[in-house]
Amino acid sequence: MKKPLLSTALLLCSLNVAAAGSKVLATGGATSIEGAAGGGIVPWAVINGYGSSGQWSVTGYASQVGVDDFTLNSKGIGLSYDNKYELSFGRQELKLDTMGGELNQQIIGLKYKIAGELLYSAMPQISVGLQLKKQLDFAIPAAVGARHDSGTDIYVAASKVWFDALWGRNILLNATVRGTKGQQTGLLGFGTVSNDDYQWVSEFSAVMLLNPQWAVGAEFKQKPNELAFAREDHWRDVFVAWFANKHLSLVAGHVDLGSIATFEHQTGYYLALESTWSF
Amino acid sequence: MVVLIRSALLLLLVGCSSAPEPKDWLYQQLGAETGVTRLVDGLLVEIEQDPQIVQHFADTDIPRFRKLLIEQLCELSGGPCRYSGATMQESHTGFQITQADFDNLVDHLIKVMTAQQVPVGAQNRLLAKLAPMYKDVVYR
Ligand code: HEM
Repeated sequence: MKKPLLSTALLLCSLNVAAAGSKVLATGGATSIEGAAGGGIVPWAVINGYGSSGQWSVTGYASQVGVDDFTLNSKGIGLSYDNKYELSFGRQELKLDTMGGELNQQIIGLKYKIAGELLYSAMPQISVGLQLKKQLDFAIPAAVGARHDSGTDIYVAASKVWFDALWGRNILLNATVRGTKGQQTGLLGFGTVSNDDYQWVSEFSAVMLLNPQWAVGAEFKQKPNELAFAREDHWRDVFVAWFANKHLSLVAGHVDLGSIATFEHQTGYYLALESTWSF
Repeated sequence: MVVLIRSALLLLLVGCSSAPEPKDWLYQQLGAETGVTRLVDGLLVEIEQDPQIVQHFADTDIPRFRKLLIEQLCELSGGPCRYSGATMQESHTGFQITQADFDNLVDHLIKVMTAQQVPVGAQNRLLAKLAPMYKDVVYR
């Protein structure tokens, strides 16, 4: 497992001229666990990959979150065009390490940039998005009170980079407002027996770009708390991201997911690998 | 004596670091006249090797463009120059410059500044001054 990964990484590093795309390094962001370009847990207004105007970009990603009693593996691909349209197909596998078993979810994501330019306009870049989610193992979510095995999240996100903002460094801030019926992002189903309304939550990311290749950041993701059997907490993370070039980036972080399905204090690591190609 | 001079210099340094930033701070960080000239020459090489954007300069008087860009970056960074060219809007109208073109130029600029060891803080200061020109340059 380790060896092919390493050689792929080396191969990607050596190919940094071909099919690179025009967007400035790091401005494609990373890929969130739901498949949208963003931070680790927050979808941003940023469009994935390095395709600028008139260019296409393909992005593949794999990430793992490991906390005390759970492991979440996410992987998928993203496609973007014109630095405006983003389509993603993601797959999540939540391993219930302590309880046994797993919960799978698939997510089709759509994002469309409606205004602004991340780097160049006084107004933030603003995008709207949809995430069509399907929970594939509904027995457990149904047993704990979830109503549907599928749901659609909608969001609007605003992202902006301020050059030379703090200690001579560039700062990216993102704010996202999401409407969702998902419990634990949908892994525990959508809506509850007692309430089938959309919940409105806010999500934030703050990133400092230390230099063109390295960034550090923090995120906060507000979560609904609708299931009666267990409390659901807001999520937080801090991370370091390394953009080797326009084909390869790595993110390592520390996450605090609070209480999940009665298991308290779920903290641990976040690791993500992403590769992107533009045409 | 050497010790005395050294400590005097040290005092001066400490004093300077708390003094207000000089008006030509960025210009000095870029390497003043030689630095800015090298920056523009480096940029011209990058443009020349970039098939996507070089086409826009097919009919451009390059020595004039070079002189104006040096003037502009010098003035912009607080140096002792006066930019004598046209406004960004005037000089870029009719070229149909795209976002991808602009991104490429920013990429080249970062590459050249990094190669010339311009500190990251100074790079970002210059980018902060150039980024708002986007709307005057693209799709005109
Ligand atoms: C903030 C970014 C930019 C700055 C500061 C800048 C600066 C300048 C300056 C000072 C001139 C000379 C003006 C004059 O002739 O009076 C010029 C001309 C020109 N620029 Fe830019 N420029 C920028 C972005 C771009 C981009 C992205 C492109 C396209 C790749 C571009 C293409 C041109 C061309 C083709 C000319 C020559 C026009 C002619 O031949 O008359 N510029 N630019």
